[in-house]
Amino acid sequence: MADKVLMKGNEALAEAAMMAGCRHYFGYPITPQTEVAAYMAKRMPQIDGVFLQAESEIAAINMVIGVASTGKRVMTSSSSPGISLKSEGLSYLAGCDLPALVVNVQRGGPGLGGIQPSQSDYFHATRGAGHGDFHMIVLAPDSVQEMVSLTFKGFDLADQYRMTTMILADGTMGQMMEPVSLDMGEVKKVDKPWALTGTKGERKPNIVNSLFLKPEELEQFNLDRYARYKVVEENEVMYEEYCMDDAEYCIVAFGVAARVSKNAIDEARARGVKVGMIRPITLWPFPKAVLKAAAAKVKAFISVELSMGQMIEDVQLATECARPVLLCNRVGGMIPTTKNVLDAIDEAVKAGGAKA
Amino acid sequence: MIVFEKPKALTDAPLHYCPGCTHGIIHRLVAEAIDELGIAGETIGVASVGCSVFSYNYFNCDMVQAAHGRAPAVATGVKRSDPSKVVFTYQGDGDLAAIGTAETVHAAARRENITVIFVNNAIYGMTGGQMAPTTLPGQVTQTSPYGRDVTRVGYPVKVCELLAGTDGAAYLERVAVNNVQNVKKAKKAILKAFKNQIEGKGFSLIEVISTCPTNWGMAPDKALAWAEENMIPYYPLGVYKDITADEEAK
Amino acid sequence: MAKVTFNTDICKGCGLCVGACPKHIVALLDDVINAKGYHPAGITNQDECIGCAFCATMCPDCVITVEK
Repeated sequence: MADKVLMKGNEALAEAAMMAGCRHYFGYPITPQTEVAAYMAKRMPQIDGVFLQAESEIAAINMVIGVASTGKRVMTSSSSPGISLKSEGLSYLAGCDLPALVVNVQRGGPGLGGIQPSQSDYFHATRGAGHGDFHMIVLAPDSVQEMVSLTFKGFDLADQYRMTTMILADGTMGQMMEPVSLDMGEVKKVDKPWALTGTKGERKPNIVNSLFLKPEELEQFNLDRYARYKVVEENEVMYEEYCMDDAEYCIVAFGVAARVSKNAIDEARARGVKVGMIRPITLWPFPKAVLKAAAAKVKAFISVELSMGQMIEDVQLATECARPVLLCNRVGGMIPTTKNVLDAIDEAVKAGGAKA
Repeated sequence: MIVFEKPKALTDAPLHYCPGCTHGIIHRLVAEAIDELGIAGETIGVASVGCSVFSYNYFNCDMVQAAHGRAPAVATGVKRSDPSKVVFTYQGDGDLAAIGTAETVHAAARRENITVIFVNNAIYGMTGGQMAPTTLPGQVTQTSPYGRDVTRVGYPVKVCELLAGTDGAAYLERVAVNNVQNVKKAKKAILKAFKNQIEGKGFSLIEVISTCPTNWGMAPDKALAWAEENMIPYYPLGVYKDITADEEAK
Repeated sequence: MAKVTFNTDICKGCGLCVGACPKHIVALLDDVINAKGYHPAGITNQDECIGCAFCATMCPDCVITVEK
């Protein structure tokens, strides 16, 4: 029976990374995730790991590339404006098929924005993390416990599929304190014959590279990569269903929006409204199948987000626009309230069944 | 008895560089240093972006390709991952002194125990001859077609002088490869820059005054002369920092 | 007896070896064209060679091997 410890999300995530065997952290201060760097600065030397505050988020992601190319577990963390800076590096990580873990504790944007929570980097994470065709595995925690468990699992997934795992947390997840269990089990070991470890005169040189000027060659690299992504889509989708058995209305939400939505669902149910929630835990791969199945049973969907409406497009795509999809949103650092979500449920009830 | 042959730390791949481009000489000097120190099996090189982007095909050791300017940060990751490895970067003037200035300065300031080979030919070769941070005043390039106008775009960056101001830099020397004598001096400097890393001395950078016959618009031998007459007076050769010399003096 | 050999297949005819030779016995061979389309370098008088390897030192393509 594991004991629980009261921890802040950012720090719990850092501890989980170390439990997962990560011994290299490169970061840069930016609110609301600086605690990750500060915690790592103290803890990494205690376990003979490497902590380095880089000169910028750009330098940090390139240091991540350096360690990843040697086959070791490595991570960086930042928040929205700093994540924009990493876009180049995220593309290079994908082009080199390197495993890594990157954390985005999202704040209001665009531009310098605010320091309060948001979910407005959903498109960046799932659509446009950088130039070129590529995906990252995107995991969205809704609790400090998930900051731990998804980080731990994220390293395994990154190694297994030679991809970047992005932990897409909203600012609330980084800052809140909840009791967590740190009992995560065994770290999965993956062979990395491609890693740069020095030839020792015993093998041909390994080259970690993303430049392929022959189009036929570059095309094949892309096709091979997407074949791997297909395996991820078939095997790694994660989601949670809440009160969906007899639901007539389905909320789709992640992170803090899901927490608020659960409260709203409980209140609405008490009034007799049959509303439930599908909470994506993997934003990529998106839980398309379960949403498509729900579209056959419910009258409408409500996407609850801290953005101007980004995940709503994936809900529409997954359900093939078979049902109305309403948006319940707050931006700029505002968090949807239980009342915001209840109002959206009422609106859905009014609009529900409008499409034949 | 063979007294001069191609070093083993160079692969069999034919170099793609223009005829007379001094990249080839500098690649060979790096490979000779690796051979002489017997470290090919423990060396990891970081390729950069510029004419030398394919250097990962030419050096006979593990290599990683870095984004433009980022090589010192990638090298930092590689070296911190396994300090027993010998890690070098090979960068041109745009890579190191334009987009990569922050990464260069901070790797030096941070005392990263790596070896940086900086090829300065006062122009951007790969993309067809644009102005570089090291393009000389009055020098004509594709993006300074009327000659570099210092009143409008300022002055060239002198990297050795700049980095000499960082306490973390251990060894900074500017050399040239425009004649045999200078090539031999450059080889000594590059060898020392690798030795320093093995001895844990800190950040070593060798700036090599080089030529770009194609984009300078002159024959290879004329380009060597141009480098001697124009670049070396502006970028004086010599040692700009050497903590090992300071240690010996004490 | 000093001997230099030129791997003419990879020579790009840049001429840096020609200028480096103190005995002036290296030249680009006007009557030879290699597969790359260059006039490769070669030695005009092997007997005069002192094995200084200046030519090989300036060669960017490791075309020249020097024996003594």
